[in-house]
Amino acid sequence: MINEFSCGISAVDLKQTLYYLGVKGEAEESLKRLLCESEREILSVISPKAVYSVFDYCVECEQNGELNLQFAKVKSKSLCKNLKGCKKIALFTATVGTGVDRLILKYQKISPAKATVLQAMGSALIEQFCDSLNAFLISEYNAVKPRFSCGYGDLDISLQRDIFAALSVEKRLGITLLDNFFMTPTKSVTAIVGIL
Amino acid sequence: MTIERKLKNSIIYLDGGTGTLLQEAGLPLGELPEKWNLSHPDKVAKIHRDYFASGSDIVCTNTFGANVFKFGDELESVVEAGVKIAKTVAAEFKDKFVALDIGSLGKLLKPLGALDFEDAVSAFKRTISAGVKAGADLILIETMNDVYELKAAVIAAKEVCSLPVFATCVFGSDGKTMTGTSPEAMVATLEGLGVDALGLNCSLAPDQMFPIVKRIVACTSTPVIVKPNAGLPKVENGKTVYSVNALKFAEDMAKIAECGALVLGGCCGTTPQYIAQLIEKTKTICHKLPKDKNLTVISSYTHCVQFGKAPVLIGERINPTGKKRLKQALKEGDIGYILNEAVTQAERGAHVLDVNVGLPEIDEVSTLTNAVYEIQAVTDLPLQIDTSNFEAMRSALRIYNGKPLINSVNGKKESMGAVFPLVKKYGGTVIALTLDENGIPNTVEGRIEIAKRIICEAEKYGIAKKDLIFDTLAMAVSADSSAAEVALKSLSYLKHIMGVNTSLGVSNVSFGLPNRDFINSTFFAACLANGLSAAIINPNSDEIIKTYKSYCALFGHDENCLNYINYAQSVEAVKFEKTENKQSGNLKLEENLKYCIEKGLKLDSAKMAEERLKTQKPLELIDSEIIPALNSVGKAFENKTLFLPQLLMSAEAAAAAFEVIKNKFPAGANAKKLKVITATVEGDIHDIGKNIVKTLLINYGFNVFDLGKDVPPEKIVAAAKQFNANVVGLSALMTTTVVSMQKTVELLKAECPNIKTVVGGAVLTEEYAQKIGAFAYAKDAMETVRICESLEKQIN
Repeated sequence: MINEFSCGISAVDLKQTLYYLGVKGEAEESLKRLLCESEREILSVISPKAVYSVFDYCVECEQNGELNLQFAKVKSKSLCKNLKGCKKIALFTATVGTGVDRLILKYQKISPAKATVLQAMGSALIEQFCDSLNAFLISEYNAVKPRFSCGYGDLDISLQRDIFAALSVEKRLGITLLDNFFMTPTKSVTAIVGIL
Repeated sequence: MTIERKLKNSIIYLDGGTGTLLQEAGLPLGELPEKWNLSHPDKVAKIHRDYFASGSDIVCTNTFGANVFKFGDELESVVEAGVKIAKTVAAEFKDKFVALDIGSLGKLLKPLGALDFEDAVSAFKRTISAGVKAGADLILIETMNDVYELKAAVIAAKEVCSLPVFATCVFGSDGKTMTGTSPEAMVATLEGLGVDALGLNCSLAPDQMFPIVKRIVACTSTPVIVKPNAGLPKVENGKTVYSVNALKFAEDMAKIAECGALVLGGCCGTTPQYIAQLIEKTKTICHKLPKDKNLTVISSYTHCVQFGKAPVLIGERINPTGKKRLKQALKEGDIGYILNEAVTQAERGAHVLDVNVGLPEIDEVSTLTNAVYEIQAVTDLPLQIDTSNFEAMRSALRIYNGKPLINSVNGKKESMGAVFPLVKKYGGTVIALTLDENGIPNTVEGRIEIAKRIICEAEKYGIAKKDLIFDTLAMAVSADSSAAEVALKSLSYLKHIMGVNTSLGVSNVSFGLPNRDFINSTFFAACLANGLSAAIINPNSDEIIKTYKSYCALFGHDENCLNYINYAQSVEAVKFEKTENKQSGNLKLEENLKYCIEKGLKLDSAKMAEERLKTQKPLELIDSEIIPALNSVGKAFENKTLFLPQLLMSAEAAAAAFEVIKNKFPAGANAKKLKVITATVEGDIHDIGKNIVKTLLINYGFNVFDLGKDVPPEKIVAAAKQFNANVVGLSALMTTTVVSMQKTVELLKAECPNIKTVVGGAVLTEEYAQKIGAFAYAKDAMETVRICESLEKQIN
């Protein structure tokens, strides 16, 4: 069964934004102004939405080095390590929507500085949203492992295709997958969360 | 009976969900459902049969995800089998129809995604051709998150067959599609394209859809389709059930039918039982065809602009007539300048933007199409496609996202014969000029006569009066003192007696006179008082905006005068700020252009440059202030005392200063000779880094030709030859795409041995750059600038 999750986000994590931008120390006045403007604009266009499903998982699911995740079988030592001791897994896909991409696209053409700040803010926002989803999963299922995404360690990025099928991502969230397994809208995340 | 006839006489029932039923029948998770058309035709047939038996008039073929990207060469056989199964089952009953079901291609279109509009049209054509050949009775395009993709699908259907087309989008509970389209904008676009029924499906339960259905019914003249989900899934006793049961679904649908929806069905979670209940609860509801709402509307991908209520302002700044700087930008392919004009006009309060790029020395077809595409990426205002080149008009209308305003048609036979078929096919509201083969009549009667003729001719093409806006042509009052009066009287007659909408290019009237704003704004006020629906004006003119805001406040288009108050107060605030700036400016000792650029103060840099150019020569200014500022910022970045955002803010401030210089001295602002091509390599869509490099290179005065992202090696080589480039800068972000970087470098070496390649990107290293034979590796944008500077010295 595919569940939906959504929540409001009222501020951008500025510390994380500055980290993505490579800014060290205090931001100077003109940059502060740019951050402020960008935050106002980006918050007015986000629409955070996620879908998730919970699958049974057990170590015995492992055969010939292949993990049985129910929705797919996959070879990955790093994921296996991450899921050690888990009884279930939550699979999710989350996005902050196309509005952010559109805003970035606009400013790429007319203000590279703002576009770069918005890129960083978009990344910070999707992480914040995933954190909220994680917090929700903890409240539902108690202890969970850190979220694990395709491309982490040796987990092949082509698993994206199976995740999309399992969660009807295209239909439910309107996210589309490119041939190289990247997603549009770009500020989107797929991940597996181990449940103890 | 045909489906069109049936639609005129009764409510039509579609089927419900298919996916969950297939899964219950044993379809494994992850397998493509359409494959079952070939492997389990009996199970697919049973689902169709159950729906027909429970009362559906139309079933949708099991082809929702059948597209060339998922099925390749197997596509045709999957689609044909799908249609044949449904047709065979339909033949067991009487008066049943089969809709070829078309879903999204699963790829987002450019500019948000990577799929080209024409590639989307071609992909849809393959599925539709196969389905039509197999005997489908109609095309149902559904579950579209993006109206732009929906437009591609409708065009494909219309170009392949003449079957009826039904089309539905997915709306969120916020009343918008995922890509931000309002119900009204969807209606405008789809009615423009001439679909037979339109509406929404999926995502929401019936009661959540109700407010959106109401909005659609209020603005459409086309039958409305509603196909909701059975609410949300939940698990009960180990079985997935949906939160809205069949009875509740049917009761809520009855309210929707009362509201005027004519084509009813279900989406995810609904079953034959739901459809049977739905029919039971709605069969006695009286069938009413939607009335013609007679609205004159255009739309962007987000919202509509309606004519005939508050006057509409059409920004005229993107039109090269009499604008030196825009001409230069068009010749140089400087799209950035045009996009800035677009954004500024939007900020100044324009509702629609005119786009005219007609210059004798450029290819208008590609330039106009590209400009429309690029402008739609930076603004959500509807556009007015303004050209007398019919091929350019066709090409721009085709890729426009929404229902555009078209400028223009006139009373000449040739004009009407060329423009009306385009309006009919792609949709649009067209400005009609009251002139013909004999020129512009001097009299009011002459102009009215032409307007009547245009209305008659449009009707022959099936274009209603509501999609014509008449321009009675304001000519220069300096040449003919009665010009303003004739235009106004014709306008008033057309508006009040003939009941059509009107538009005028206001600024023409003052041609040849000094301080044209005075005349323009007074004439504008007179036009508004005579019933003008839309005006093509300069939004940067304070006089025009003042007149507009005052008119709206005076004549009931501004509730409680709030807009006026806001505007009037902001004008004062601006004045106040200006004087304050000056004061602080005098106090700052070190405030000069260099300082403004270093601090990334864009507006101040432009102002300062303007000031300096009164006494200094452009090259002197560049060498003494702009370049030193860029250098000091660049050094600070390299020393890590200043960071990327500040580097870019300074770059923008410098660009603003350059823009001022370019305005004053169009020739000679570009001092450097080195020609650089920038591109992100094939397969890679990450262009953040490449764009930063481009920005800095332009700043340092290099001649940059940017090819964008995902660029094939052949295209890069061709461009290198065409522009006679010295340097090609390549960026790749992923390990998987460094391969295409290598290919590009090799091809360049073979074809253009003198070109230097500079490579960079997250996964690249100095070592790897050497391995693939690149001339140089640049670790960041500043290093690219340094490399190019040393190459510049070599060629001098």
